Amino acid sequence: MTQDTLVRPVAQSPPPPPRRRRTPSFRRQGGAAHVFLLPFLLGLVLITAVPLLASLYLSFTDYDLLHDPELVGLDNFRRMVEDERFWASVGVTLWYVLVSVPLQLGFALLLAVLLDKGMRGLALYRSAFYLPSLLGSSVAVAILWRQLFGHEGLVNSLLGWFGVEGESWLQNPDTALSTLVVLNVWTFGSPMIIFLAGLRQIPEELYEAARVDGAGRVRQFWSVTVPLLTPIVFFNLVLQTIGAFQAFTQAHIISGGQGGPLDSTLFYTLYLYQQGFQSFNMGYASAMAWVLLLVIALVTAGHFLLSRYWVFYGDER
Amino acid sequence: MRAGVRHVVMCAFVLVMIYPLIWMVASSFKPGNLVLSEPGLIPSEVTFQNYRDGWNALDEPFSLFFLNSLMVSVGSIVGNLVSCSLAAYALARLEFRGRRLYFAITLVSVMLPLHVLVVPQYIFFSQLGMVNTYFPLLLPKFLATDAFFTFLMVQFIRTIPRELDAAAWVDGAGPFRTFWSIILPLMTPALVTSAIFTFIWTWNDFFTPLIYLTSTEMFTVPVALNSMMSSETSSGVGALFAMSLLSLLPIIVFFVTAQKYLIRGISTTGLK
Repeated sequence: MTQDTLVRPVAQSPPPPPRRRRTPSFRRQGGAAHVFLLPFLLGLVLITAVPLLASLYLSFTDYDLLHDPELVGLDNFRRMVEDERFWASVGVTLWYVLVSVPLQLGFALLLAVLLDKGMRGLALYRSAFYLPSLLGSSVAVAILWRQLFGHEGLVNSLLGWFGVEGESWLQNPDTALSTLVVLNVWTFGSPMIIFLAGLRQIPEELYEAARVDGAGRVRQFWSVTVPLLTPIVFFNLVLQTIGAFQAFTQAHIISGGQGGPLDSTLFYTLYLYQQGFQSFNMGYASAMAWVLLLVIALVTAGHFLLSRYWVFYGDER
Repeated sequence: MRAGVRHVVMCAFVLVMIYPLIWMVASSFKPGNLVLSEPGLIPSEVTFQNYRDGWNALDEPFSLFFLNSLMVSVGSIVGNLVSCSLAAYALARLEFRGRRLYFAITLVSVMLPLHVLVVPQYIFFSQLGMVNTYFPLLLPKFLATDAFFTFLMVQFIRTIPRELDAAAWVDGAGPFRTFWSIILPLMTPALVTSAIFTFIWTWNDFFTPLIYLTSTEMFTVPVALNSMMSSETSSGVGALFAMSLLSLLPIIVFFVTAQKYLIRGISTTGLK
């Protein structure tokens, strides 16, 4: 070791250093910490904080990237209220969140429970179910989906075997969005794996006790599994909801960037992209982004508030 | 007996889920006119024409797009590993004012939608003349803005016994030495998990390159696929399928080789 080792008295206290008195070691750590944090702090300022404030400012302006931003007060927000496409995108996104997230989590929970109990080949099934989660957000799979549900796609060919005349799912405003819901449900593997990890945490004794009390499989599921799994359900729900609000790639690819037919797949972020990066209405896009941020924050806060009534933590009475 | 039934149900389920992917593989080897008219898996005629057509469907060959994607992905991995591990070590181990605040910010920014930042970021990069370069894609990674990984690494470092730091301290190691020789080697699993997810996310990312990359020779694979799709090239669906499949291969390879880390990473943190 270095000479320093020999000189340093052994009695000198190792970390954590005393909190009250600011010893030299404390100061040195503070300095070192900021060296470690340098990229983080730069990112926080340049990539997050300043853009966040700038977009708040821009949301009150008219800005086309060529001329200086012009303050217009609440005009962007007023325009939203009257913008039919804006409301279409809100409707599409809410519908998508409300339908696809519960369906996806339902499948995830069902399959996790079926896979849990010492099933042979668990690893293999787990992998097969998980793979779509990794691929689901890619352009390639969105392209695949476009063909699956196209007029001459696989889905219609299969329906044809049963004598059902399929329609063009993507050209029909009533069904186009559903194909994207199916795509999201298809990626249930990642919440499923989180459920599986949660199921592992439930003590076997609880099931034994339930069996002694004469509870059947179904009863055990509702009285033991579900209550003890609610924190994991909550975690998945919050994450998947936030993710679903921000869906973009699949809708962009399936509709060729248009959000059609008749705006039926015009996701909120897709409309935001059109406004900001195709029409260069940067002010309007910023205002839309802030509405999205507020909605996500409110929904997440709502989840946390409601969680008191249904999420069960084992250490509570 | 009951187990047998369960396996049958599971296998059927797996088949339904995986069938579209298998169909895509099969279709990519079918002659152009049969791709859509033949729903079956076994092509009546096997051809590699789709791959040849797809490879050259745009102004630049797909090899270039793969190379671009690879550069961006590897750059992102390096950026995330370096910047997030540095920040995580400070947040998990060092005493300084504002530590709790920074950690709270990290947690909150995990939930922050990208869209609320992207307009000013675009203006920022465009005024620096960096549109149509990889800077807007890479710079944020070197500045620890993927908060999820910082969080993951902080949680991991917290599981490493503090006695090791204390021992290093007694031996005269400062924070840098301790980080480099003690903590960093011990956090390999967290680094591997972060690297794999960074790769998959960056490889799949469409939104950011779509906004920043304007000329074909800069395209990453997803943007190239999008452009190939919307330009309705004469090569058709078969070629599009062929290139789409090739674009999925790196992820599938990663998945097969690094499954253990992927599953562990996702069960502990909820990463997608």
